[in-house]
Amino acid sequence: MKKIVKQAALASLAGITLVTSGMTVAAEPVKVGLMLPYSGTYTALGEAITNGLKLAIEQNGGQLGGRDVEYVQLDSEANPSKAPQNMSRLVKGDNVDFVIGPVHSGVAMGMLRVAKQSGAITIIPNAGLEAATNQLCMPNVFRTSFSMWQNSFPMGKVAYDRGHREVVTITWDYAGGKEDVAGFKEAFEEEGGEIVEEIFVPFPDTEFQSYLAQIASIAPDAVYTFFAGGGGVSFVRDYAAAGLKESIPLMGSGFLTEGNIAALDGAGEGVLTTMHYAETLDSEENQAFVSAYEDAYGVTPDTYSVQGYDTGAMLVQALDKVEGNTEDQDALIEALANVELESPRGLMSFSDSHHPIQNVYLREIRDGKHEVVDIASEQLEVPDDACKM
Amino acid sequence: MDLAFFGVQLLNGLQYGLLLFLIASGLTLIFGIMGIINLAHGAMYMIGAYLVYDLTLRLGNFWLAIAVAIPIAVVLGLIIERLFLDTLYKRDHLYQVLLTFGLILVINEAQRIIWGGDVHSVAVPAPFDASLQLTDNLQYSVYRLFVMGVCLALAGVIYWVIRHTRLGIIIRAGAVNRDMVEGLGINVRTLFTLIFSVGVALTAFAGMIAAPLTSITPGMGDSILITCFVVVVIGGIGSIKGAFWGAILIGMAETFGSVLIPSIASMVIYLIMAAVLLVKPRGLFA
Repeated sequence: MKKIVKQAALASLAGITLVTSGMTVAAEPVKVGLMLPYSGTYTALGEAITNGLKLAIEQNGGQLGGRDVEYVQLDSEANPSKAPQNMSRLVKGDNVDFVIGPVHSGVAMGMLRVAKQSGAITIIPNAGLEAATNQLCMPNVFRTSFSMWQNSFPMGKVAYDRGHREVVTITWDYAGGKEDVAGFKEAFEEEGGEIVEEIFVPFPDTEFQSYLAQIASIAPDAVYTFFAGGGGVSFVRDYAAAGLKESIPLMGSGFLTEGNIAALDGAGEGVLTTMHYAETLDSEENQAFVSAYEDAYGVTPDTYSVQGYDTGAMLVQALDKVEGNTEDQDALIEALANVELESPRGLMSFSDSHHPIQNVYLREIRDGKHEVVDIASEQLEVPDDACKM
Repeated sequence: MDLAFFGVQLLNGLQYGLLLFLIASGLTLIFGIMGIINLAHGAMYMIGAYLVYDLTLRLGNFWLAIAVAIPIAVVLGLIIERLFLDTLYKRDHLYQVLLTFGLILVINEAQRIIWGGDVHSVAVPAPFDASLQLTDNLQYSVYRLFVMGVCLALAGVIYWVIRHTRLGIIIRAGAVNRDMVEGLGINVRTLFTLIFSVGVALTAFAGMIAAPLTSITPGMGDSILITCFVVVVIGGIGSIKGAFWGAILIGMAETFGSVLIPSIASMVIYLIMAAVLLVKPRGLFA
């Protein structure tokens, strides 16, 4: 009896929505497909993004544009070779309205091929490959994270302004590392600085001793680096153990230390990084977000959680605008493109190529935390000359 | 390249080479005497590092952690040999390769279940947490010198056992002709269990003492495995002396290759392997 009453109540609620929004599909839930790694090296990232996304939608009463939400979660395994097939399954098999993913740039390439053919609306909550919002240029593809260039370019000016004129760069010899260092180099040389040596370490080697001796013998004003995960931890620790940190300041893009401060064991103190977020950001939005996230999941959010949260907030705003109508794709894409967020990371909007326009912060590690020293670049837009929509 | 720079790189090459030797020595013993291509050797290196990380947290002391971790590694080797390999000796190589490959997957997944996917590190333990001033701006961790010393001492012990004990004679004979050793009434089964456990313990121990020098990550043993196979092939399969000089050669080649010819640095060790195999197809000391 109780159940019937509840169902009747739900039905009448749905009826009200029907009347108010004047739509015929309102009873159907919005299907959000998540193609993220839930196993393997990037599990933590996939989970943080999922948690952030769900939190944003939960804060909107668990609804998007007045409709309930159904999640279809698919483990991408961060495996590029399975990406096209996984994406097809979500788009054609499960018929989702949106695909959220991926974490890994290799997976993104496969996903975006299917996104191009099917026209499925895809929001990238992490992968930083430049092409996604430049050369590949699709109206149905958005990104809520960063590009390698966006996080490294601001450091070029910071390095010059701090009086460094000769800098050595060191990174892994792969696409992500090269795109990152290229951003730094562009800005630093524009200012008038000189890159005296570009060191490329075979990927994914973490044996850095010989390179450290090379850096010491060159004795530049500063070192700019991009490594991530275990490589980032090894490099920062070896750099400190070699006694170089005192005489040659170490700078890098935020991924050098993101999520790994504990493993650095004090070796990271004083290291400067640039990134579109820091957990210590002193804004109302960030404090509210951090405490809501901690209440919901019992852990402190990181950059990946924020990227997921903003993806959710973006959906909330766009679907409110179109009143839950996912049938008219052009209107939906326009609504998404016009989203403006008061995000935990600060003000965020989208460029014509659907890449975030956002602040990049200069952070220094103090007492095991990324303290925000300055805004390295305010509302920075990425180059997207190859993309005309 | 000035003299100081050359000297520093020599030290780096030597330290890296000695650590490689520790891993490769177990690999070459197992490969040469048992005829087993142990692909899971790198995974055991990783397990060594994770064990010492975990135990250091629990016990609060790095040295105590190593003392506890070594017996665990030996027992692990014992279990793998008795439970799995023992049933496959009569079969073709391919079965053993498949088995040890499967072990990589199982060990890696077990690592993920127990310790998760995060990056960890172990602090450099006292009394070696100091550094020496090498040049005017470069320091060298005393712990690296300690690791070199330990590796050299172990190399000496292994050399002595192989050269001057009855067990050594059997091992050397086994590397040359296994069937003949068995024909002479030696209990090969016990020998195999011993060799495998010691081999696994050596690589796990390498992971343990390397832990403070590296970051502890899932799959950290996979890349070092390939390098160690190159060492074993260059030195000659089953030869401890070969593993030693092969490891020093590769350590130097990687170190100097990466700074002198960076564009082909990742190829250098394979070029050396190809060159050695052209001149001495069975390796330098086989």
